[in-house]
Amino acid sequence: MDFDALLLSRLQFAFTVAFHILFPAFTIGLAAYLAVLEGLWLKTRNEAFKTLYLFWVKIFALSFGMGVVSGVVLSYQFGTNWSEFIRLTGGVLGPLLAYEVLTAFFLEASFLGVMLFGWKKVGPKLHFASTVLVAVGTSISAFWILSANSWMQTPQGHQVLADGTFVAVDWMKVIFNPSFPSRLAHMLLAAFITTGLVVGAASAFHVLKDRARGVKTEGWNESRISLVMAIGLVAVLAPMQLFVGHWSGEVTHKYQPSKTAALEGYWETRADQPLHLFGIPDREAQKNHFQVSIPGVGNMIQNLPRDEVITGLDAYAREDQPPPFIPFFGFRIMVGLGLLMIGLGAWGAWLLWRRKVFDSPWFLRFCVVMGPSGFIAVLAGWMVTEVGRQPWVVYGVLKTRDAVSPVITSQVATSLLAYIVVYSIVFTAGALFILRLMAEGPVAARTEPAPRSRRPPGTPLASAPENSSPDDDDTPDGPDGLRGATS
Amino acid sequence: MTLDLPLIWAGLIAVAVLLYVMLDGFDLGIGILFPFARSKEERDVMMNTIAPVWDGNETWLVLGGGGLLAAFPLAYSILMPAFYLPILLMLAGLILRGVAFEFRFRARNKGRRFWTQMFAGGSILTTVAQGFVLGGFIQGVTVRDDRFAGGQFDWFTPYTLLVSAGLVAGYALLGGAWLMLKTKDNLHGDARRWTGWAALATTILLAAVSVATLLIHPRVAARWGFDLGDGFALEPATLLPLLPIPLLGLAGLALVWIMSQRGSHGWPFVGALLVFLSGYLGLAVGFAPYMVPYALDFRQAAAPDNALGLMIVGTAVILPMILGYTAWVYWVFRGKIDEEAGYHH
Repeated sequence: MDFDALLLSRLQFAFTVAFHILFPAFTIGLAAYLAVLEGLWLKTRNEAFKTLYLFWVKIFALSFGMGVVSGVVLSYQFGTNWSEFIRLTGGVLGPLLAYEVLTAFFLEASFLGVMLFGWKKVGPKLHFASTVLVAVGTSISAFWILSANSWMQTPQGHQVLADGTFVAVDWMKVIFNPSFPSRLAHMLLAAFITTGLVVGAASAFHVLKDRARGVKTEGWNESRISLVMAIGLVAVLAPMQLFVGHWSGEVTHKYQPSKTAALEGYWETRADQPLHLFGIPDREAQKNHFQVSIPGVGNMIQNLPRDEVITGLDAYAREDQPPPFIPFFGFRIMVGLGLLMIGLGAWGAWLLWRRKVFDSPWFLRFCVVMGPSGFIAVLAGWMVTEVGRQPWVVYGVLKTRDAVSPVITSQVATSLLAYIVVYSIVFTAGALFILRLMAEGPVAARTEPAPRSRRPPGTPLASAPENSSPDDDDTPDGPDGLRGATS
Repeated sequence: MTLDLPLIWAGLIAVAVLLYVMLDGFDLGIGILFPFARSKEERDVMMNTIAPVWDGNETWLVLGGGGLLAAFPLAYSILMPAFYLPILLMLAGLILRGVAFEFRFRARNKGRRFWTQMFAGGSILTTVAQGFVLGGFIQGVTVRDDRFAGGQFDWFTPYTLLVSAGLVAGYALLGGAWLMLKTKDNLHGDARRWTGWAALATTILLAAVSVATLLIHPRVAARWGFDLGDGFALEPATLLPLLPIPLLGLAGLALVWIMSQRGSHGWPFVGALLVFLSGYLGLAVGFAPYMVPYALDFRQAAAPDNALGLMIVGTAVILPMILGYTAWVYWVFRGKIDEEAGYHH
């Protein structure tokens, strides 16, 4: 393998975009959840909702910050590493990206300040409005970026000029390109489910912890409320995602047959395709090794008549085939996790109906284990769709190899290494802070801003072992009630 | 009615970049001044003065980049590879200082010290890198067949180093003056001293950058009416109409000096903003109408008219809203920040 600027640029883009997508996938749903919590608090004045809000908003702030900074990288990377892509398609994609900045980024960034720091500065209704605007902003952002990415998958409404540059001829067709509606729905659902799974896992963890400690809880507490909310969300949305995902698959089959062939592991163009459950796709041999298949159901899964011919990779010259390994496995991981999520939702709904959720340790453990599954499924799904689009950057029109910047290999190697180092530091620290907050739980977090070390004895945290060490060795904490940027 | 869309977009992006430089300038200035703070509490207050607004401020950079991509894709596709490494440094700096707002607040002990350093280091790195991009931009970019054709270290020269140093001093001035506006007591006194030193450094470096620009770049010198190619010649008819620009900068510096002597809290910040406005206009005189100096002007680099038209429709509606709610956010968080008034979610 030749580690040239193209390959390194692709690796770098894959790395930085994969890192980035983790945060929007979580914050889109979490922003909406926070808006719901604050709305419920305003309506019912039940303090549990406010406690939950104040807890999850801390995690939101951490995740959102990481999402912002990793997103800025992407908006510049189009130019640094994919300048030919922008030189050629900027006239079409540019406005979509510019509208994302104008309609979403400013909205999110500005009202985030009020959401995080404005509790004592604005009234509760204005604060609620700020939370809602941040939530709306995250979804608007998803709208534009999914539109731009979908145009790369299923381009239309444009014209290629003699010099190779693209101009739009019909903006509605560009924005609402064929794969956009299904992919937007698929991604938004994925974001909500991802958030639901994380909230469910963190809540289940605390319900389990209370059980283990023998804490007698009658009725509701914060973690129980958020657990039930999460189960409800997953029980409804995970099955819905099955249908939306299928819709997205049908659109892919229609407009990007080479992607469908790659993710299904179809080498041969034929009617009555089998369903490959497992296999090792081999591009050299142009076949799957160790194939485990169910004959006769491939067409049915695609919702197509059995006698309809489905294109296989053999319909394409070898250099026009997507590399099948990642789409094939990414798809199976995504679908497998999706089915587990449906199972979790169904199990949870059944336990809720039987009023046994809080007394079912195996279910609660399952919730905890499934916590990160949304992220994995989102990453797997994006790998399917992006690698499955190859060798095209704009499907059928512009090859990835013709999109790269005139940069030299050593530069790209330097930047890739720099991103790996910086992101490793940021991700490790961020994940640590988020997990630490989750371990503390909503009730403990409520007692902030009082410095940790000054928490009265007898509260659960004061007895927790991780807090037995002195809090600060460099500078003393301020007096009680003093709220600095660092508690 | 026909609108000159490329011209409007060139103006809009110029305004976005100016707003970015002024707004994130004081955020980055806080980071540059961080190592001079006396205590953790001072650093907390310094950070709190910008915590609610820094994210919105940084968004102007995304608009500058995104707007350039959208309105002038050709310029974007040449400039980004030309400044590959400084942009990488800038982004790395922005990442580290951006996450430091939350991370420093969450971290304990050594972790907090680390994120304090990352906040300062990230801010300085970002500023230095922006200085390289700016200096490299003034120097000009080698273009062949609508593609960048220069070397990977073209942006690294004594001249760009000087510009970088000037930008660090300038952002420190903005940050110091912002702190004078937003703080009281001991920290305010410190901020006043920092502002004084930064103003001195800015004055010297701005003068040095101006002279160096005229000496090294005859093309820019000609714009100002100087011909230094062969001895010294001056075209007063060219220079005179432009004189208000440097005078504006001098007025800004005078405002910083005099008003901080007189104990004003707000005027030094206004003065610092004027210095930046003057510097910005002064540079613009040197390279307008180029989008990629000195190869492509804004018309050659513009996106198709229908793309510019589509964007102007929305921008005409949305940009006033953005300016409106941005102003509202600043209004909400008006007033002095001190240790008691600090806040966090």
